[in-house]
Amino acid sequence: MNQEELKVVEPAIAETNSPTQAIAVSIQKVNKWYGNLHVLRDVDLDVAAGERVVVCGPSGSGKSTLIRCINNLEEHQQGTIVVDGIQVDHNIAHLDAVRREVGMVFQSFNLFPHLTVLENCTLAPMLVRGVARADAEAQARAYLERVRIPDQANKFPGQLSGGQQQRVAIARALCMKPKIMLFDEPTSALDPEMVKEVLDTMVSLARDGMTMICVTHEMGFAREVADRVVFMDHGQIVESGSPQAVFGQPKTDRLKLFLGQVLRQH
Amino acid sequence: MAASVEHIVNPTLIEARERPELIGGGFFAWTRENLFYSRLSSLTTLVLLAAMAKAGLSLFQWAFLDAVWSVPAGPQGPITDSCRALGTGACWAVIREKYRFILFGTYPFEQQWRPAIVVALFVGLFVVSAMKRFWRLELAAVWVIALLLIGLLMWGGVFGLTFVSQPNWGGLALTLIIATIGVAIAFPLSVFVALGRRSDLPFIKWLCVAYVEIIRGVPLITLLFMASVMFPLLMPEGVNLDKLVRAQIAIILFFAAYLAEVVRGGLQALPKGQYEAAYVLGLSYWQTSRRIVLPQALRTVIPPLVNNFIGFFKDTSLVLIIGLYDLLHSAQVAVAEPAWQGFGVETYIFAGLIYFVFCFAMSRYSQWLEFGLNMHRHR
Repeated sequence: MNQEELKVVEPAIAETNSPTQAIAVSIQKVNKWYGNLHVLRDVDLDVAAGERVVVCGPSGSGKSTLIRCINNLEEHQQGTIVVDGIQVDHNIAHLDAVRREVGMVFQSFNLFPHLTVLENCTLAPMLVRGVARADAEAQARAYLERVRIPDQANKFPGQLSGGQQQRVAIARALCMKPKIMLFDEPTSALDPEMVKEVLDTMVSLARDGMTMICVTHEMGFAREVADRVVFMDHGQIVESGSPQAVFGQPKTDRLKLFLGQVLRQH
Repeated sequence: MAASVEHIVNPTLIEARERPELIGGGFFAWTRENLFYSRLSSLTTLVLLAAMAKAGLSLFQWAFLDAVWSVPAGPQGPITDSCRALGTGACWAVIREKYRFILFGTYPFEQQWRPAIVVALFVGLFVVSAMKRFWRLELAAVWVIALLLIGLLMWGGVFGLTFVSQPNWGGLALTLIIATIGVAIAFPLSVFVALGRRSDLPFIKWLCVAYVEIIRGVPLITLLFMASVMFPLLMPEGVNLDKLVRAQIAIILFFAAYLAEVVRGGLQALPKGQYEAAYVLGLSYWQTSRRIVLPQALRTVIPPLVNNFIGFFKDTSLVLIIGLYDLLHSAQVAVAEPAWQGFGVETYIFAGLIYFVFCFAMSRYSQWLEFGLNMHRHR
């Protein structure tokens, strides 16, 4: 207990455990069941600060569940998840701290439809971080500029295209100044012509050194920015390695089958 | 030679064509198509038109042409013989004579400017609250002040106002008090009950479920009887709450149980992604409820909410069974006097029109509100 508290107050203590590189997310022996369905099986994954990890795999492989466990949108039943030195457990203070460190972008955008684009971006900084309205708005405009939609600030999400909405969702997450960004199939709900604008935004984010964990099937994106690609199937990590290695020399039949299916689609 | 496929541009794209005249437009075409499309339909239309004209004319004759608008005053009260003469229409004289009783009940006659101001205050409060530009926190303060002022005016006893005890309150003023305070307290309460019913905490959840199910399973009349007859028996000797307060509490509990179910419907309509987005942004439960969940949930349930408000406004007339003189009861009692006996139709029409004005205003307002608040859904 004492140790856990220390971790919250002083994340540096956890970082000293790995002297070479700070660990942003550490997932160890994580298991999860939905009823009798075993959706995560002994998953181990360490993500270093500044690292870009792409998680891919067939649908139902547990990849979304895995990243949703990182910020406790789903609860894992066994194993440990440590985010920036903070343990993800039942302690509400820990969960609040983790939520503040980790930003997330969803497949279905999940923008707040009753608020304008600007309000979507300023609400959480003002309520959670206590930022003054003027500062929050200035910051929101800066991030909207960054995702290249500065002129839509006063529109409602429903008035924007899917690609624009997803870029607002990215800006909204960035406004909380997260250390880690999770992307849960950010381009899967988009029309083909809008995928690129969202991926470009993610690429520029990666260039700036953000720690990113992306569930996506976009191989081009993975090749361009990923430090590591993790392939999951049936709740297990089957292969992981550099994009060149994983996509170029798949070792398992499961990955070969998956790559064949994905390549046929694209 | 291989047949080459000709590359063409759709010729209709090239010239803008004039829009053709709508075929069969206009009033005559419409009536022909809908009312006189066969021999039988023509016959039905004509018979119904004749019947409607006859009924309309007799109503008009009764309400206006043959109506008696005033009666002479006699030494023992008004002389209503002219109203009772054969072939006369509506006796509006009864309204002229009794409208103050219907509006204000047995409130002392020379003090009735006080409930009159109260009615005006209520209407003003409704109008101000209906305007979006006043939707700020200060509005809550305005409500508190207005309700205090209304209480002060009705009871009096200070600032040189004579004290008027609650059993003398009545009419429209009483109906507005019961309905407004009922909804003003029941609505916020219902939001908490609806949230509580979806709570993860079992105790809170089952408390809210039990409350809603028990209150909804009992007629309002039963609750009012409980409040007026049973409740005093349960209270210790010497402690007694005012009859109006007891009825008011019963009405609040009744309204809130119904509204809670309406609000819960709105909460359930909200996609899970909204909760998840709020959660990952770090918003607390109450921040999520207040800023994300309720604004969206309540908007979707405006039509059923207003439907309930309209129902409640009329349900307040049930307080007559425990002897409170609301608008309807006052209209009924106004014709108890021997001189006016038999003119209930006129007083009921008068009371009915008042109910209608309030309910119709609510209905129109909700339609406007629904459109305005859902602007973000229109492109």
